[in-house]
Amino acid sequence: MITHYMSLSVILFCLGILGVVSRRNVFIVFMSIELMLNAANLGFVAMSRLHVNMDGHVLALMVMAVAAAEAALALAVIILLHKHKGNLDTNIFSLLKG
Amino acid sequence: MTHTVTYLGFIPLLPLAGALVLGLMYLSTCRGKQISERIYGVLGCAGPVLSFFMAVKVFFALMSLPAQERFLTHKAFTWFAVGDLNVSMGFLADPLSSLMLLFVTFVGSLIHIYSIGYMAGDKNYGKFFAYLNLFLGSMLILVLGDGPVVMFVGWEGVGLCSYLLISFWSEDSENVVAGNKAFIVNRIGDLGFVLGMAFLFWGIGADGFDYLSLKANAHHLTAPIGLTVCLLLFVGATGKSAQIPLYVWLPDAMAGPTPVSALIHAATMVTAGVYMVARFSFIYAQVPAAGEVVAWIGILTALLAAIFAMFQSDIKKILAYSTVSQLGYMFAGVGVAAYSAGIFHVFTHAFFKALLFLGAGSVILALHHQQNIWKMGGLQSKLPITYWTMLIGGLALAGCPPFAGFISKDEILYSALATGHVGIWAIGVLVAGMTAYYTFRMIFVVFHGSPRDQEAYDHAHESPKVMTIPLLILAAGSLFAGSANIPAIFGGHQRVSHWLAPSLVEHHPHGGLGLEILAIGASILAFVIGISIAYRKFTVKVDEPDYQGLYNFCYHKFYVDELYHWVIVAPYQFAGKAISRVLEPYVTDAPVQASGWLYRMCGLAFKVVQVGYVRIYAVYMVIGLSILSLLVSRSLNF
Repeated sequence: MITHYMSLSVILFCLGILGVVSRRNVFIVFMSIELMLNAANLGFVAMSRLHVNMDGHVLALMVMAVAAAEAALALAVIILLHKHKGNLDTNIFSLLKG
Repeated sequence: MTHTVTYLGFIPLLPLAGALVLGLMYLSTCRGKQISERIYGVLGCAGPVLSFFMAVKVFFALMSLPAQERFLTHKAFTWFAVGDLNVSMGFLADPLSSLMLLFVTFVGSLIHIYSIGYMAGDKNYGKFFAYLNLFLGSMLILVLGDGPVVMFVGWEGVGLCSYLLISFWSEDSENVVAGNKAFIVNRIGDLGFVLGMAFLFWGIGADGFDYLSLKANAHHLTAPIGLTVCLLLFVGATGKSAQIPLYVWLPDAMAGPTPVSALIHAATMVTAGVYMVARFSFIYAQVPAAGEVVAWIGILTALLAAIFAMFQSDIKKILAYSTVSQLGYMFAGVGVAAYSAGIFHVFTHAFFKALLFLGAGSVILALHHQQNIWKMGGLQSKLPITYWTMLIGGLALAGCPPFAGFISKDEILYSALATGHVGIWAIGVLVAGMTAYYTFRMIFVVFHGSPRDQEAYDHAHESPKVMTIPLLILAAGSLFAGSANIPAIFGGHQRVSHWLAPSLVEHHPHGGLGLEILAIGASILAFVIGISIAYRKFTVKVDEPDYQGLYNFCYHKFYVDELYHWVIVAPYQFAGKAISRVLEPYVTDAPVQASGWLYRMCGLAFKVVQVGYVRIYAVYMVIGLSILSLLVSRSLNF
């Protein structure tokens, strides 16, 4: 039973990675990051149930709180990015090019 | 037997405090509202004048003591103590330094007062007085210091101040070059002084490094060290007092404002070398060979400078070379162990040379900064006070009896003759004639005849009272200063020589009446011949000579400056250029440049990974984390 949960978690995580590295819209990238966080949460919760230990639950709640804070910050950043360039293509923001 | 008096320290402190206050005032008003010149003038003169009154007080305090106890000391604090070397910031007033003090502060004060008028309207008025005060303060430290080290503080101080003041009008690059030259040439001399001090310490410094201890231990000094010390100290003196071969800076020092020239030539700075030799008379007296060197260099300098002075066109340059020449006399005097005669000439020279310079300044100001004597002429009626005072100064310089210069110069020449230095005496008499010639060449060309530049003549006017009154006082000094040391042959008592006796180690030569008459007669004859040639040549209307042949050679001072340039300066510049163009780029800089190149190449290689796209950075993170987790799982043996 646990393998199903873990497989789903890994699949969701890989989807998230794929989204982050392949998509160019900042929103989609952000949502992919959220997906990865939730994939990790699923793993925590599943393992927590398996081992009858509350640590996983606690960590999951913790991740949610962090994700909420990150969402608030990231959305503000995205609004500023849009104000700045009028576009949300990540390739436009390439000032760090060597 | 010495007595301690605390007010001694205040004598140099007053002008130094004045310099500090004036300097701060000047700095605070650099960008804002100006403080009136009157305030600067009063504050600037306060320090020197107060110092003069304290010097008088010191003089009378010494006078009230018995002759062999005339030593007042004051140790302000211990400066440093290293091993045997224990140096205090101490001051010593004995007959020698008190005499120096008197005329340095007196002439210095008059020059300060004169500057109020001369510098009027200058935009750096406050700075000028600050420097002038600092200059005088340094000289007073030099004179009052109780040992070679304290003397050296003042020695360096006057060097610095001469540099600051010579290049005072620093908008003109020529003035800055002249200031640099003075400073650099002085540094060469200073090296000699420092080395001399070191040898002196090595020889007899262990039991106290102040004059009184050194004097007490002088007999322990071995002959070779004594000779080395004397010669090295004399190198210092040639720098500070402008003797061969380091005299070249003094004529260029004319670039400064005229009161500065007067201060350098009369009261402070150049007299320091003579003072120093007289101060160390207890060593020089033991090493007659060193005295010979000093005397010959002195008299040759006197001759050379007199030759130069005869051909100059710039009024201040003529006076500058006359100073070099007179300093030569002083060294000839101290060289033949007639220290009191040398110091007495310093004393009288201060009056008439300050007078001549301040008078020249008055002429220059009247003609709107014209210094070429061939553009002057007939100024006698326009500048009566300046003319009469300068005439007195000129007579004193030329050695006309009974003016101050005659008595002191004759004393030196007589001492040379009486100690058997006939060669020095003969050159001295020749130079006396030349002195009379060039002095009156200047006076006749400037003040007599008809004007050469009518327009400048019409606009000329006598200087304000604040400038003429110091001239009159100095003229009185030039007239009567000689009376302080009238030789026995004229019924005098040689009071200065007796006064100085406790400070010096000298034996007065007894040449007899015949020699004395011979010396005086020769001096007077030389004076008469010199002045009559000048009278014949320059009271008729003469124009600027065309600088040709021998005249040109002499006008350019035998091209000594050029010689120094090619022999000393040019090789240095060549070496500097060689180092900067070959050694530095190819030897020392190459490895440094190469290491920089290496890092740049590494950077170029690695910069391709910095693509700037967020996605790609995410890929790097994924790759990195994957490798990391792989390694971790390996190490945990999953």
